[in-house]
Amino acid sequence: MNGPSAQMRSGFGKIRPHTIIALVEDRPGVLNRIASKWRQRGFNIESLAVGHSEKPGLSRMTFVVDADTNAEQVVRQLDKLIDVVHIRDVSHEDIVSRELAMVKVKADRETRSHIIDIAEVFKAEVVDVEPDSIIIEATGDENHIDSLVNLLRDYEIIELVRTGRVAMLRGPEVSHPHEEDDEQYERAPGIHTW
Amino acid sequence: MTTDDKLYTGAQMVMESFLREGVDTIFGLPGGANLPLYDVLENGGVGIRPVPEGVVPKEYPIRHYLVKHEQCAAHAADAYARVTGKAGVCYGTSGPGATNLVTGIANAFMDSVPLVCVTGQVISALIGRDGFQEADIQGITIPITKHNELVRNVNEIPRAMQEAFYIATTGRPGPVLVDIPRDVLQHTGKFYWQDKVQLRGYKPYTNGVDRDEVAKAAELIEQAERPIILSGHGVIISHAFAEVRELAEKANIPVITTLLGISGFPGTHPLYLGMPGMHGMYWNNIAISEADLLIGVGMRFDDRVTGRLKDFAPKAKIIHLEIDPAEIGKNVKPDATLRGDAKASLRELNKHVSHKPRERWFSWLDEMRRKHPSIVIRETEEVLPQYVIQQIYEATKGDCYVVTGVGQHQMWAAQYFWYDRPNSFVTSGGLGTMGFEVPAAMGAQVAAPNDTVWSICGDGGFMMTLQELATIAEYRWPIKFAIVNNNVLGMVRQWQELFYKNNLVATPLKNPDFVKLAEAFGILGLRAEKKLDVKPVIETAMSHPGPVVIDFQVKYDENCYPMVPPGASLDETIDQPTYAFEPKRVSDERRKVAVR
Repeated sequence: MNGPSAQMRSGFGKIRPHTIIALVEDRPGVLNRIASKWRQRGFNIESLAVGHSEKPGLSRMTFVVDADTNAEQVVRQLDKLIDVVHIRDVSHEDIVSRELAMVKVKADRETRSHIIDIAEVFKAEVVDVEPDSIIIEATGDENHIDSLVNLLRDYEIIELVRTGRVAMLRGPEVSHPHEEDDEQYERAPGIHTW
Repeated sequence: MTTDDKLYTGAQMVMESFLREGVDTIFGLPGGANLPLYDVLENGGVGIRPVPEGVVPKEYPIRHYLVKHEQCAAHAADAYARVTGKAGVCYGTSGPGATNLVTGIANAFMDSVPLVCVTGQVISALIGRDGFQEADIQGITIPITKHNELVRNVNEIPRAMQEAFYIATTGRPGPVLVDIPRDVLQHTGKFYWQDKVQLRGYKPYTNGVDRDEVAKAAELIEQAERPIILSGHGVIISHAFAEVRELAEKANIPVITTLLGISGFPGTHPLYLGMPGMHGMYWNNIAISEADLLIGVGMRFDDRVTGRLKDFAPKAKIIHLEIDPAEIGKNVKPDATLRGDAKASLRELNKHVSHKPRERWFSWLDEMRRKHPSIVIRETEEVLPQYVIQQIYEATKGDCYVVTGVGQHQMWAAQYFWYDRPNSFVTSGGLGTMGFEVPAAMGAQVAAPNDTVWSICGDGGFMMTLQELATIAEYRWPIKFAIVNNNVLGMVRQWQELFYKNNLVATPLKNPDFVKLAEAFGILGLRAEKKLDVKPVIETAMSHPGPVVIDFQVKYDENCYPMVPPGASLDETIDQPTYAFEPKRVSDERRKVAVR
């Protein structure tokens, strides 16, 4: 997205990406509301992945945000949104994270086999082969994908697309536990005495 | 869930929702897209007849007040909500009607006021196609509403309305906007009303008092030698007047109210210290810096209260009673936190506190108040704005609602008036909306028809919304407008004087003749140019049965003190002015103080 490059930001020390997962209502405008809160504070969304969750009518989002320690404040603000059912910053937790990338590389008779060799090392699949190009699909964490992409740069990458991180807690714990409703508390209107 | 076989139009569904939510008052302005909502108002919105049972009424007995600009509909509904404690309701049409509401919505959002705004939208087929008078008001208001919704199907209207009222009024209140296309208002469907609102993502944390935290808080109070209660808007919203008073009296702790917390604690109570912060009492700001315990009740440690945050209350431990989880730890880190409704939390806390004499603390405070009176009215020939406010207090004895705009007059109204009626001060705090004074007075008067409403106006703010004088004249609301007229944007001029080398750019105002202006609207206009005029003019205004506009010609360059310069800490509060840039007015005159 926009904003200063990752290299520039890494110069500021404590700024580092946060991984946040959210369970949200599957409705128009939800993404707008969430993105709006990050924009207001000037935090850049590095990646964002959304899809249906195991619960009907709810989607699960994973987003990676370049934010300083104030991310906690924004997460609390996001939790207040009616459409956000549950949200959690899992940056400090034991998670499995993956992303998927497709890389379209220039390939001719000479280079094709080299590229396929590299793909195999990375357990990536060749999903399309044409006389002048090849598409490789890879899954893994960011470092894994970064390494593959770095090697493929030698062969002229035509196009690169990445889904962004999806993340999940290790072990049997659910990322978004069900919360019991508070008992309703009625404000008594109009009692205006000291 | 209740329903029946009868068919309702979308507009009738909105009305049915209003009846179920107890809404009887709407402020608004019609236009092409929200006309169906007007077509179902009885007697052109004067409605009085009860709704007949068993049939779908063609028209509904809900009172509609026609404003002249939608911003004022939102502000009036805002003040109505503050005074009644119910949700305020306002209407606007699509496009400019909706965007005109924006300032009012943002104002309610910043001050946690329950507001339900119903806007008409262009017909569904035109949405997103640059239809005439189309504006994406849902998108526009996302950052300034607690929630909003564009209703695309007539059957969704009851649910959307029910949720709107539920969200607006529960937890930390706030504005909710419901945008309904004109064709959806005209379609018909069945009316489904839920017994209980079901929202998976909304948990208005209200009464879950944590016993450990209560014990911790009680222990902090027990140990404190120099405690202070900071009472905020939350006390008023949750009607915790009696509870905060009980805490203060039972534990013997002095009370400071924030600007929006004013009238949450009796203004003449011996434990009451007044307002803190940028234009707060000098003794309060020093006391906060000296305190060893702050009990923040329903307040958010706003930057106008704290001054430079890193030097705020350096010696104090903090107990925070707060309903909004996002506010806890936002500005200050509390040592004990009571999450929930202020009233419920205070009730629990009050059980565990006991009386302590704290003699040294009170004698220190008395000494500070004696040395730095902060609120002084000098003997001058010109009319001082503080004098005007004080005279209104003397004349009313505080038995009225006071509505203000934003600026110097607002600060003086907070400093020189003793609010002895609960929830009698209506002001724009968070957003600081000039022009609030006129429409908010309307809302307050509608909410409290048998009470006197004094609107303390700045001349700048009054000029922003004075078209509503026509509305006031039409409905004969007997509001008393006191324009503290210094012919300048006073607070901005003060900043120019103090921080921009007195470079008075774009602040002097060429005002109209407010008396003639009032008369043009059919309203009694009065003027006070001399000090001797002030009292009789106020008396004339009070004996007049209708609305009155008073033009108080006050000193042009009076500054509002005490003051914490922007960026300074509370213990750097300036109590007496220095006049660095205008040596000829060195403080000889100012030394002739008449202490209240």
